[in-house]
Amino acid sequence: MEQELVQKTTNGGILQDPVLGPGENYATVTDRISALVLTTKIHKEWLIGFMFSASLASLLGVAMYFLFFKGIGVWAPNVPVGWGFDIINFVWWIGIGHAGTLISAILLLLKQEWRTSINRFAEAMTLFAVACAGMYPLMHTGRPWLAYWMLPYPNTMGMWPQPRSPLIWDVFAVSTYATVSALFWFVGLIPDLATLRDKAKSNVTRYIFGALSMGWRGSAEHWQRYEMAYLLLAGLSTPLVVSVHTIVSFDFAIGIVPGWHTTIFPPYFVAGAIFAGFAMVLTLAIPMRAFYHLEDYITMRHIENMCKVMLATGIIVVYGYFLEVFFGWYSANEFEKSMIMNRMTGPYSWSYWALIFCNGLAPQILWWKKYRRNLLLVWIISNIISVGMWLERWVIIVVSLHRDFIPASWGYYHPTIFDEAFFAGTIGLFLTLMFLFVRLLPSIAMFEVKLLVPAAKAAPEAKGGH
Amino acid sequence: MSHGPVEAPKTFGMMAEFDDHQRLLKAASAAHAAGYRKMDAYTPYPIHGLSEALGQAPTKISALVLCGGVAGCIGGFALMSWITLIAYPMNVAGKPMYSWPAYIPITFETTVLSAALTAVVGMIALNGLPQPYHPVFNVERFKRASQDRFFLCIEAADPKYDTVATREFLGKHSAEVMEVDA
Repeated sequence: MEQELVQKTTNGGILQDPVLGPGENYATVTDRISALVLTTKIHKEWLIGFMFSASLASLLGVAMYFLFFKGIGVWAPNVPVGWGFDIINFVWWIGIGHAGTLISAILLLLKQEWRTSINRFAEAMTLFAVACAGMYPLMHTGRPWLAYWMLPYPNTMGMWPQPRSPLIWDVFAVSTYATVSALFWFVGLIPDLATLRDKAKSNVTRYIFGALSMGWRGSAEHWQRYEMAYLLLAGLSTPLVVSVHTIVSFDFAIGIVPGWHTTIFPPYFVAGAIFAGFAMVLTLAIPMRAFYHLEDYITMRHIENMCKVMLATGIIVVYGYFLEVFFGWYSANEFEKSMIMNRMTGPYSWSYWALIFCNGLAPQILWWKKYRRNLLLVWIISNIISVGMWLERWVIIVVSLHRDFIPASWGYYHPTIFDEAFFAGTIGLFLTLMFLFVRLLPSIAMFEVKLLVPAAKAAPEAKGGH
Repeated sequence: MSHGPVEAPKTFGMMAEFDDHQRLLKAASAAHAAGYRKMDAYTPYPIHGLSEALGQAPTKISALVLCGGVAGCIGGFALMSWITLIAYPMNVAGKPMYSWPAYIPITFETTVLSAALTAVVGMIALNGLPQPYHPVFNVERFKRASQDRFFLCIEAADPKYDTVATREFLGKHSAEVMEVDA
């Protein structure tokens, strides 16, 4: 029994990699993962990566300074393309966040054991991606210090937000998503923070982790409530994650702009979000796994499964592209038809075909097991997908808007240097937060990995099992 | 040596250490069968069936979360209706003032937000956290409860508790039995 679990496990006759490397026990799991946090050593590679990301993030500060100083005129959006980099990047970032919730919530409900060693990391990614996404609508208001005007509260102006508008739906969806993701992440961290408190050697570290873990002592009664609360949070996050990108897609689908006004948008956006999110998880996990030697925790099984999820969601996204073309033709509406033709042959046709290559063709290589196990190739494909998903939003937003109903108002959109600096800055912010996270908090959920240890598994399982 | 009555050091209870969750489960069931009620187990990860073995009542958190969700749902919908009908009525393209389908996305979000906050705040509050001090932390070896060891603690407040008998009882299940200072 134990041998089977640590060696290759068979599933319906198919040989699979284990979800945890051989020879792991409670103590090794605790030591290996907590050592990454509790060590006082700072690796040179980490420092270089952190400094690079932090300098990129400071570019965000510069871009924001100019934005506040001059106003949002420093950004490119203007008639006819009233939405540019700000919304493209907002949707791109928020989409990336979705994989974290999918891994931590949906796969928990589906009892997928392989989620365990990647969920913490993916949840952190969600949180930071949502933070980056939030920067865009916030800064696009031009006066972010008045952003609270979007919330319903009694005020001296006697005004209230308009709850019939998808943009106000967005405010609620994104703020709820950010809050629930943060709660989910923090609840998952509590027992591990207690482990770090008990493992800490210096008093300062012990004090900090002690305060953060709130005096968690692993009592059976607490665990019982904890597990139920965690399960309920997973159950709540599952429809939430679907609703968030659905509402984001409503920003477009509720409008009457050709290229936006289609019913396929909600499912197509949700699938795209998961697609982009898994690509980002792999982009970050592959280097981290190699650098910290976490091959026992993030095994080939994880990598392969994530590739399969990308392949499946990628196909749904491509189905969305087909349907957009189909709707253009089937609507018999000349604006819809000309929009589709413009996408494929107009001045921005490069972006459409690049999108088809990145999201449609490139991921198909993941059908082969041999290539799914080639880490460098998977990493490259993941990056191609991230680019592809960014292009998708570009095609939907810029290309649909730049040729209005009246040819006299047609235009061409170029991002300005401030748009680009802002985008680079949010990438920097995201990476900076990830670098800090892997250094300061356990990036793998220790207590959950312990459930996969052979000793925990070898049991006349009490009830249902884990 | 001492003058006047000296209070004996109060004990919180008697604690046994296990290196395996199976043995802990067995000891917990035996303790419950022996009539001990005021006790708790401490483990590095959740063990299914442990609460039942200790005779702990199932958690009521799901009922709380349901209430939180319902409150969020009604509250969100009522707020949107109140804004559009009473506080700030605005005619949008001649559509009905009470355009309830448009309130659904926000109602859904407030439902989830309220239920999730109830789940987390409720769990932390019912667990009595944050609680910086607890007698179990007085045991040096208890550090490992968050790492790789399993503990069972029978509390002195239990009517059946007896320093000698309880130690003997726990000794039958575990090699490591220690007294916990209050």
